[in-house]
Amino acid sequence: MCGIAGIFNLHKDQEISIDNLRRMAAIINHRGPDGFGFYKDRRAGFAHARLSIIDLEGGWQPIHNEDKSIWITFNGEIFNYVELRDTLISRGHRFYTKSDTEVIVHLYEDHGVECLKYLNGQFAFAVWDKNNDKFFAARDRVGIRPLFYTFVNGSMIFASEIKSLFTDNRVKREIDPRALDQVFTFWMTISPRTAFKNILELPAGHYMVVEKGDCKIEKCWDLDFTPDVNERSEQEYAEELRELLIDSTKLRLRADVPVGAYLSGGIDSSVITALIKKHTNNPLRTFSVAFHDEVYDESKYQKEMIEYLNTDHSVIKCSYSDIGKVFPDVIWHTETPILRTAPAPLYMLSKLVRDNGYKVVLTGEGSDEVFAGYDIFKEVKVRKFMEMNPDSKFRSLILKRLYPYLANSPTKSLKFSEAFFKTDVSGYPAEFYSHIPRWNTTSKTKFFFSDRIKEELNGHRSTDELSSLLSDNIQKYDYMSQAQYLEIKTLLSNYLLSSQGDRMAMGNSVEGRFPFLDHRVIEFCCKLPPNLRMQTLTEKYILKKSMNKLLPESITKRTKQPYMAPDIKSFFSDGTIDYVDEMFSEGTLKEYDLFDVKRARRFLEKCRKGLAIGFKDNMAFVGILSSQLLHHRFIDQFPSYTLNEIDKTKEHIVEVA
Amino acid sequence: MEQIRQVIKKFILENILFEDDENALDYDDSFIEKGIIDSTGVLELVNFIEEEFSVSVDDEEMIPENLDSVNKLAGFVNKKKEN
Repeated sequence: MCGIAGIFNLHKDQEISIDNLRRMAAIINHRGPDGFGFYKDRRAGFAHARLSIIDLEGGWQPIHNEDKSIWITFNGEIFNYVELRDTLISRGHRFYTKSDTEVIVHLYEDHGVECLKYLNGQFAFAVWDKNNDKFFAARDRVGIRPLFYTFVNGSMIFASEIKSLFTDNRVKREIDPRALDQVFTFWMTISPRTAFKNILELPAGHYMVVEKGDCKIEKCWDLDFTPDVNERSEQEYAEELRELLIDSTKLRLRADVPVGAYLSGGIDSSVITALIKKHTNNPLRTFSVAFHDEVYDESKYQKEMIEYLNTDHSVIKCSYSDIGKVFPDVIWHTETPILRTAPAPLYMLSKLVRDNGYKVVLTGEGSDEVFAGYDIFKEVKVRKFMEMNPDSKFRSLILKRLYPYLANSPTKSLKFSEAFFKTDVSGYPAEFYSHIPRWNTTSKTKFFFSDRIKEELNGHRSTDELSSLLSDNIQKYDYMSQAQYLEIKTLLSNYLLSSQGDRMAMGNSVEGRFPFLDHRVIEFCCKLPPNLRMQTLTEKYILKKSMNKLLPESITKRTKQPYMAPDIKSFFSDGTIDYVDEMFSEGTLKEYDLFDVKRARRFLEKCRKGLAIGFKDNMAFVGILSSQLLHHRFIDQFPSYTLNEIDKTKEHIVEVA
Repeated sequence: MEQIRQVIKKFILENILFEDDENALDYDDSFIEKGIIDSTGVLELVNFIEEEFSVSVDDEEMIPENLDSVNKLAGFVNKKKEN
């Protein structure tokens, strides 16, 4: 796991400065603190910041093929590299490292861009194919690893993180109002858009080819919810799933360093840790977050699993002010505004992992999406149920089944929640049905946008931009599959795996691995009959069925609690934190001109008094604060690196004239 | 009654709309239709009237007929205080 960066001259040879590559790598060295590698000729310059996990002695990047005509800089893991390597050797390829990275170079030699379909992994990489004058870059299927790029003066520059692009002072740094609109609608930006104007992101499951100065982006994989023609019994599906998850977990334990696991107390991480314990020889080392505030805390279930599996466990207990303290650093890593503080405790958790000498953790992300675990999937069922007979006096009572874990549950006032659930969905594509109430609620936070932002957004609707990212097949899916498809394409890739996943773990040089996101598991789940994913209102039905012998009943039968962290409270528990006052000061608000000065300042006072309790207020506060911090860190006070600060003792450089 | 209406309107203008402009809210504007409150925002409103007017609101009373505009809310509070 690592950080990558580079420059590619689109049209003609041109000097590439090794110092520029150095700066690009240095600013993301949290992704790879174990050393730097560089390659450059007059067309391409590649940089690599290394976190060594496989082939600790060899494996320095960029890596090349037999005749050094193909070069790669790679971030991620190819879990099936052992098998691929054997096949490639039998086809006559010669390897000079034991790393997974080298596998891609040789696969590319044999299959070109089609090499992607052989890879089981999480990755972002760039390949320079000198003989064919071709640049090729790709991202894994669901977007576990990031890749950003921009164009400047006839060159394309790319990197794992946006801050790396900004070390080139020709690249403008400016917040994109449309991105702001997307975050305040969906919680995330929609690829290729990022929070910054003209900085693009290669979408998940896509690749890029640059030939003769022409840059093409193509999709290479998408979710397919077309029902299985070969329908099996529930029991058969459950057993098949179990075998797949065992294999996917085993593959993800491949490393030359010890591998740990997160244990939240929910079913997903419990499944992963139980599989490690029962089916592998990996010594089980687990880590978790606990909260002082009982509303968010799952310690009780964590303890149960720790005792049940007898794991060596470490926990970090998170207070309100802990979140407030780390939040500016969290935004430095997310590189986008966020509407929830939930990434912050995970940033603290990855530090705990790193402090305990671990670089790799397995974690349960993806399960809620592929097995329909979230409330949004229940909401869609409930709405469909109510719509079957809109005049029924009793059907709306089903709303009481939602959100049992919330202190301020919206279903407390049934008639008001009916208004929420009976949202008018006309005017939107039918396939957006599941998410419209949520997007509408979130969009209320735009009330705080400044006049300038509102003017720039005039007439623009972020939902239109989303359509371009979706497969046409979505219209053919049943409503549950449509909801899952949307959720995976939006929140999973561009919030959970990025702001809450890659960026929070890599911020402390820790690599997350996700057994539920093995593409074989995803493809299997998409083909399941929808009622095996959620049966009536029982979420993750088939997962529970397949794991019932592996886990205690208290875990499989517990009420699901979504992972959340305190929002507004995190910033006012010990009086106000200094930077909050600064970000909401009249001067700063006016200067950045993202939010209405008067409204934002009054809102701050409401929050300070503890009067803001609703979803909307919590999202708005975190959204405003994170946007202001983003502007502050990336536009106002972007750090300038002098090359003296860069440790040159750990560099591996290849220069070709 | 008029005083109750004024207090409620002032609360909404200051704490939900963050507005000085009295015209930003009419007494009969529907809170749901105008997007002033959502399903959790209504709890904020209930919390406010309970504290401000020393009344207690039951779950069954949290319905739009009682809470969905300044006038409805003021009428509801008035009735509660009389009982």
